[in-house]
Amino acid sequence: MAAPSRNPSFEAVVLPHFDAAHNLARWLMRDGPAAEDVLQDAMVRALTYFPSFKGVNPRGWLLQIVRNAAYSSMKLNRGIELVPIATGEDDPGAIADLPSLDDDPEISLIKAKDRCRVRQLIGTLPVELRETLVLREIEELSYKDIAEVTRTPIGTVMSRLWRARRLLVQAAGEYRRAS
Amino acid sequence: MMAGDMNDRCDMVLLVQAEFDGELDAARAADLAVHRAHCPVCQAAEAELTRARELFQGDLYQPAPDDLRERILAQLDLATPAPTLARPRRFPHFAAWRPTMGGFGLGAACAAAIMLLVLSPNQQNLTEQVVASHVRALQPGHLEDVASTDQHTVKPWFDGRIDFAPPVRDFAAAGFPLIGGRLDYIEGRPVAALVYQRGKHIIDVYVWPEAATAALRPTTDELNGYNVVHWTQDGMTFWAVSDVEPGQLRAFAAAWRKPS
Repeated sequence: MAAPSRNPSFEAVVLPHFDAAHNLARWLMRDGPAAEDVLQDAMVRALTYFPSFKGVNPRGWLLQIVRNAAYSSMKLNRGIELVPIATGEDDPGAIADLPSLDDDPEISLIKAKDRCRVRQLIGTLPVELRETLVLREIEELSYKDIAEVTRTPIGTVMSRLWRARRLLVQAAGEYRRAS
Repeated sequence: MMAGDMNDRCDMVLLVQAEFDGELDAARAADLAVHRAHCPVCQAAEAELTRARELFQGDLYQPAPDDLRERILAQLDLATPAPTLARPRRFPHFAAWRPTMGGFGLGAACAAAIMLLVLSPNQQNLTEQVVASHVRALQPGHLEDVASTDQHTVKPWFDGRIDFAPPVRDFAAAGFPLIGGRLDYIEGRPVAALVYQRGKHIIDVYVWPEAATAALRPTTDELNGYNVVHWTQDGMTFWAVSDVEPGQLRAFAAAWRKPS
């Protein structure tokens, strides 16, 4: 890429949020390769738009770009949202990468399975509920920041969050009863 | 699916959730507590929120794999940056989004009762101070005055150096081993800084006594790429700072908040 596109402050301001960008892309797309494409697209957009970025919230700004890129991708590839969650999220590699918090391998395995199951349950939520829940519970954004990233009124953020949590608890309950 | 669901029958439920998410100021939270004490619907909502959050206890954060990061940055012709401390972030103002609250699906009385928490100027200032202190401490040789993974070595070290006994706990079992402690200064007063490790990352926890009111649930903030979680418990105020992901830092705070 040409030298003029290099911007040292992009590296300082935006790149600390690269993991956050990946996390959101991964949860939105639910599929590794699709998330990577979205992330790459988003980073190119971010670099392009960066000269006009005057805001004070680079993480929110970047997440907004990631979200836009993800939605564009979903629109282009109608059906990506319909990919059953099990194909994308059952990836054992993703689980193996997580640091084990327990010395007991059996407990670790159970926890890994639970995590895997929770991932699947979150994945089954409609995308607008899923993004709200992920931004709150995993990315830990405030309501105000979620409203900015998703371009949604705060009241809607709150009701989506409530619906997402209720659905998740309900699904987890059904799963437990079934297993 | 939710027909006949009693949980949606109280207008205060979304306020219960806002309080649960640390978005209510103390006065509103106190008002809500009075209501909740005699509202079974809100009590059930609180229980449900707790169950939902329990599902997130595992580490669900999905950071970018190193090879992907390198590939994308190479395509952008960017090198992986070293963390830098840029100018302090200015906090967006509350009033800017207040008008959007007309869109609530809640009763008007409820909407009037809403007051979401914004960090006070003092807390913003503290966020800046603890992040600056953390960055200073990351310079070679500044991290710890007493290097020990043994809480029974670290705790007595503070005796006579500060006028309070900070709680010192090791969370190695939860993946956050204690690696030492040091004396630091926040708000012009000496405070205990406990140093923990999470993988390749360092977590500093600043602790000092707080003549506080009620225990404050963890609130998260971010400054220049560093995450900050602040809470109070047992008469002490805690500020945890690190470049680990916010989810991990919150898990760390949760470990602290569990009774030892």
